[in-house]
Amino acid sequence: MELTGAEILIRCLQEEQVEYVFGYPGGAVLFIYDELFKQDKVKHVLVRHEQAAVHAADGYARSSDKVGVALVTSGPGLTNAVTGIATAYMDSTPMVVISGQVPTGAIGEDAFQEVDAVGITRPCVKHNYLVKDVKDIASTIKKAFYLAKSGRPGPVLVDIPKDVSNHRTAFEYPASVNIRSYHPAGKGDSGQIRHAAQMLLEAKRPMIYAGGGVVLSDASAQLTDLVRLLGFPCTNTLMGLGGLPASDKHFVGMLGMHGTYEANMAMQHCDVLLAVGARFDDRVIGNVEHFAEVPRKIIHIDIDPSSIAKRVKVDLPIVGDVNLVLDELLGVLRSGRQVPGAADMAAWWKQVNEWRAVGGGLRYKNSSEIIKPQFVIEKLHEITGGDAFITTDVGQHQMWTAQYYKFEKPRRWITSGGLGTMGFGLPAAMGVQMVNPGATVACVTGEGSIQMNIQELSTCKQFRLPIKIIALNNGYLGMVRQWQEFFHGNRYSETYMNALPDFVKLAEAYGHVGMRVEKPADVEPALKEAFARKHDLVFMDFRTDPTENVYPMVPGGRGLSEIILAEEL
Amino acid sequence: MRHIISLLMENEAGALSRVAGLFSARGYNIESLSVAPTEDPTLSRMTIVTSGSDAVIEQINKQLNKLVDVAALIDLSEGGHLERELMLVKVRAEGGAREGLKRMADTFRGRIIDETDHTYTIELTGSCAELDSLLEKIGRDLILETVRTGASGIGCGDRILKL
Repeated sequence: MELTGAEILIRCLQEEQVEYVFGYPGGAVLFIYDELFKQDKVKHVLVRHEQAAVHAADGYARSSDKVGVALVTSGPGLTNAVTGIATAYMDSTPMVVISGQVPTGAIGEDAFQEVDAVGITRPCVKHNYLVKDVKDIASTIKKAFYLAKSGRPGPVLVDIPKDVSNHRTAFEYPASVNIRSYHPAGKGDSGQIRHAAQMLLEAKRPMIYAGGGVVLSDASAQLTDLVRLLGFPCTNTLMGLGGLPASDKHFVGMLGMHGTYEANMAMQHCDVLLAVGARFDDRVIGNVEHFAEVPRKIIHIDIDPSSIAKRVKVDLPIVGDVNLVLDELLGVLRSGRQVPGAADMAAWWKQVNEWRAVGGGLRYKNSSEIIKPQFVIEKLHEITGGDAFITTDVGQHQMWTAQYYKFEKPRRWITSGGLGTMGFGLPAAMGVQMVNPGATVACVTGEGSIQMNIQELSTCKQFRLPIKIIALNNGYLGMVRQWQEFFHGNRYSETYMNALPDFVKLAEAYGHVGMRVEKPADVEPALKEAFARKHDLVFMDFRTDPTENVYPMVPGGRGLSEIILAEEL
Repeated sequence: MRHIISLLMENEAGALSRVAGLFSARGYNIESLSVAPTEDPTLSRMTIVTSGSDAVIEQINKQLNKLVDVAALIDLSEGGHLERELMLVKVRAEGGAREGLKRMADTFRGRIIDETDHTYTIELTGSCAELDSLLEKIGRDLILETVRTGASGIGCGDRILKL
């Protein structure tokens, strides 16, 4: 029996066991929406803006081990989705985005709602396809899911012209997929892994630096075993938080621009560095030349060869799936008799602890007059038992959450690290809540970021998503204001947020619960009350200290040891 | 340093722009790029001439390999290889200059493939350097038009890039 392209697409999604599609209808996807209507296996979540559809699919994927799926129409539907796609690309989220396109005969004629979707998204997708023949839909969708999930994951766009979605052909979903030009890495080289084990055992000042690849590869258990077996200090990148439980005694905190003093100093002064699923980006190691001033041997495990030796020279590259490489490395270490030198390790830990003392840990001066944002996050951690799914937007609140919410498990921390997309938090939380029904989901945001996708409060109402929105409202675009204070002579150019809405009324207008919290003493009771409301979305407007800065801070372009600590408190 | 990278990629719409886009997005140099289908019509062979530090060239190779459409890749300059480029150059050939231009074409083993009473069109195949050298000898004053294909490259002997 012959099916239409739209029917075939939906059948493909069913075959891939897609539970939710996040999307927004339009002219070019009418046939596809018609087929969605006729079945109930694939559920559709109607967002209020296409950017939110992609972020929701992103949150869905990051907080599970599934591929996120978004569906948008041609032209503005696709261009609105681009920020979401680029966000997913930078953080390697497995995702399939399906976009409608004008009919094949109209392509190139500047038709209504026509845009070159494949051209526009090319630099921010793992791969993309324009399907010109209905016979190719099934095989293309099969490839898209395979590409999205395998190797270094990423978003794959499939652009389907309207007429193709209405043409008919026989349907058969391919059982397997073979792309002759695509061979994702699997196991690492055994010789290199043995060599790495030797280097680690001989290290005097070893350091483990673990990134988002550990989370993506579901290798937290292996990383934790490795750290405990060797007894080395370990830091996580922003993307890697939760990869090692924050309560582990070997954890020295996050590193980088707003990392701890001890993490950054240990990174700078170690003699053997094991980098696992991390990419030495500018927010992590700052100035490359400064980083290279201290000689150290670097072992780099990554599934993407292009991540290795991109910014820093690497002595021992291991290309492979982090999960498999760590398994093999653990096997080698456990089968040998050698252990790290006890005296060297004691001396190194003494040094790390000295740095910890100098840095004074993560600290802020609490107040009984005005709410400190860090205090809100500490209380959030306490009240949720450290076990919530936390999404964020971008800015100071994001850094404070990374610092003060101690993540014990992977896939609980959902943030736009690479692209730094404001407006990510709320829609991402929707995806998280859809795939983790019943779980506690909080979106930590600011009064700037939340307004970038605030319309999604409507989606949350429609789908009864009891997300807790923790808005740290300081009346400023805080991170930009902080840079203006440090580097631009306190000239707060366009960072004061004038004419803010009444967020309590706004939440209520959307049918949710709104709370305003203005006194430090009210923070804990308010959070308790909000989280006790299991079935309500609660928008909490915390009025926080507008002068608070994020510390420590490595200024842009500076070296890791050129770190600014908190003012004398 | 100058490198010649040769690759086989799926002969699909947009494949060329993936490569070209990669070079512009990441700020890599691109001196020339030539591409055409092979004996297997599903595959295109591309030759890219680029330059950069060893680290940049390593990244270019890795980034190209990462493109899903790229099936195989070789940095020809890392071993024995041959490089050829085709050039068509139209020159003003009048009076006494005609004889000299003809001799010059002969010296370079070029062929005059079109002539009028005041122009010659010379065809020359050779390395990029040889083509540069002929252009320099002729001089810009006499050159009316230059068309070059960009380099094509192939490995020597058993150095073969094939799927």
